Amino acid sequence: MAEVLAVEVTDLVKIYRRSAGGNTARPRYLRAGTPEASGGPATIPRSSRAHGRRQAHPPTETKQGDAPPPGRADRGTQTRGTQTIEGQVLPGGERAAQIRAVDGLSLSVSVGSVTAVLGPNGAGKTTTIEICEGFRAADSGEVRVLGLDPIRDGAALRPRVGVMLQAGGMYPGARAGEMLRLIAAHHANPLDAGVLMERLGLAEVAGVPFRRLSGGQQQRLSLAMAVVGRPELVFLDEPTAGLDVQGRRDTWELIEELRLSGVTVVLTTHAMDEAERLSDQVVIVNRGRVVAAGSPAELTRGGAEGQLRFRAPVGLDVERLLLALPDGTTGREGPSGHYLVQGTVDPQLLAAVTAWCASNGVLAEDLRVEQRTLEDVFVELTGSELAS
Amino acid sequence: MSVADTATAGAAPGTVLDLRPAPGAAPRARMLAAQTRLELTLTLRRGESVLLTLIIPIGLLVFFSAVDVLPTSTTTQSSVDFLVPGVLALAVMSTAFTGQAIATGFERSYGVLKRLGASPLPRSILLAGKTLAVLAVEVVQLVLLVAVGFALGWDPAGSVASAGWAILLVLLGTAAFSGLGLLMAGTLRAEATLAAANGVYLLLLLVGGVVFPLDELPGWMRVVAEALPTAALSDGLRAVLADGSGPGAGNLLVLALWSVGALGLAARLFRWE
Repeated sequence: MAEVLAVEVTDLVKIYRRSAGGNTARPRYLRAGTPEASGGPATIPRSSRAHGRRQAHPPTETKQGDAPPPGRADRGTQTRGTQTIEGQVLPGGERAAQIRAVDGLSLSVSVGSVTAVLGPNGAGKTTTIEICEGFRAADSGEVRVLGLDPIRDGAALRPRVGVMLQAGGMYPGARAGEMLRLIAAHHANPLDAGVLMERLGLAEVAGVPFRRLSGGQQQRLSLAMAVVGRPELVFLDEPTAGLDVQGRRDTWELIEELRLSGVTVVLTTHAMDEAERLSDQVVIVNRGRVVAAGSPAELTRGGAEGQLRFRAPVGLDVERLLLALPDGTTGREGPSGHYLVQGTVDPQLLAAVTAWCASNGVLAEDLRVEQRTLEDVFVELTGSELAS
Repeated sequence: MSVADTATAGAAPGTVLDLRPAPGAAPRARMLAAQTRLELTLTLRRGESVLLTLIIPIGLLVFFSAVDVLPTSTTTQSSVDFLVPGVLALAVMSTAFTGQAIATGFERSYGVLKRLGASPLPRSILLAGKTLAVLAVEVVQLVLLVAVGFALGWDPAGSVASAGWAILLVLLGTAAFSGLGLLMAGTLRAEATLAAANGVYLLLLLVGGVVFPLDELPGWMRVVAEALPTAALSDGLRAVLADGSGPGAGNLLVLALWSVGALGLAARLFRWE
């Protein structure tokens, strides 16, 4: 297949190593550049958690199972979601942790497509994106962006690639319009800053300093900065985090229009509906690895897997029901009176279930066939709910 | 704005965005002009930086010229003749070092430098823009301080050559202080930079020969002070503007060494994120 690739990542590995007492503390307002937000399910070894508690940043500690707002990460804390953490004691007694933020990740993005990188907090999404953007060097693995090396060929790539950081990236005292015009002035054929701001609902706040913009306005300004230079490829790190309904709609429309205009889009997100609606390809990342990749339809179809639900009197013998169904079908009651049958849902299975009910004098109410959603796939693959 | 407005925005006349890729870096001159303009605008917009770079130096000049609290009144010079060169040195320090360190430190922590690193802007132009903005602020400072000085009866010595020496000293001082400021901003956290830059400012104000002569310091402190860039700059400017002599090879050497050392270290150690 001679498909042209906009991004090609092979066996990427990135390990962060930080000392616990070191100078790694970051101002809280700095969300940009943090590898991934901390928090999420408690899949971290106990010992590492203990290390985390001993650090000098108690306010940024995340309670177990408590999902923080996206990006409220702190570099100093090692309490990170689903990353692999290995506590270590360095010579001199100094504590350090090795975090395999990205652990053998591979993905490819074809030109002109929209790819959503989906994963829980701490999965390695931002680290992967930032390596593609040339902000960080990989520890091993191969990265090609538009056929070039993001760091070595950075000067050639920068005009061609638009970047939206997770947050920040603007002079705190600059007005929204000034900031966008500054970035526009770095490019040869920029979009009209005024029209772009109008389009993203920023026209009224063009004269407002960055630090007085709402979170959603900052996000939209950051998106505008990513596209104003008319790039071939844009990396959008959580473009709709913190946006209201209208902001999300504006952002989605712009992304769809980018795609129609031939721009390749790579975005990270927590939002299933966003991934499902926008992307040609969804890449599900967990613990620094790709656990599934494909179109939303491919992922949810997943070999025609599906499920059947119905209500019936409490206490049906599910074991006997399953005997009447094809091999590989599973089922259970729960909550009581609600029955779930999972397997290859086809007309035969449906007929077999209703026939069994009929022969046992059971009226199956609310019988329905359910497609797996992207969320089901995600939970199955990562064992975690999405924090958003 | 209503939902209908944005839904049709793409089709409305005058608001069509051509998003088709047309990548390219702008000409370097345009980037430099844009960076310089914004840096300068932001500096002049920050109240604390105006206070630091204009109000404090002018205030010191007016106050100490009018009030005989300092030992300068015992020298043969008039206060204002002694003060103007020192306050000029302070002005250079406040802009190139203190103001620049604090602003750059916060830009770094807000991810500005990181974001600009992803745009086609070369780092050399980013730094050139900062430097031009610093020089522009210095021009404003010098004009105002010289005007206030004349109003207070300043009577500079020297000739056209003195003006040349003064410009050379100011440029060397700017290089040294910029190097120190960027070194601090590029290695410390923003809050630490804020504290340290203000602390160093005060220290150099006191032992930099700005408002009273180095002769007043105890011997060991004087030796240390004379090796500091503020003292070298104020002493050099005083030699040129008050005495009408050359700037002194020692002063030029001290400033040159600080420039090379600080800029060199900043270039090696500066972390953009």
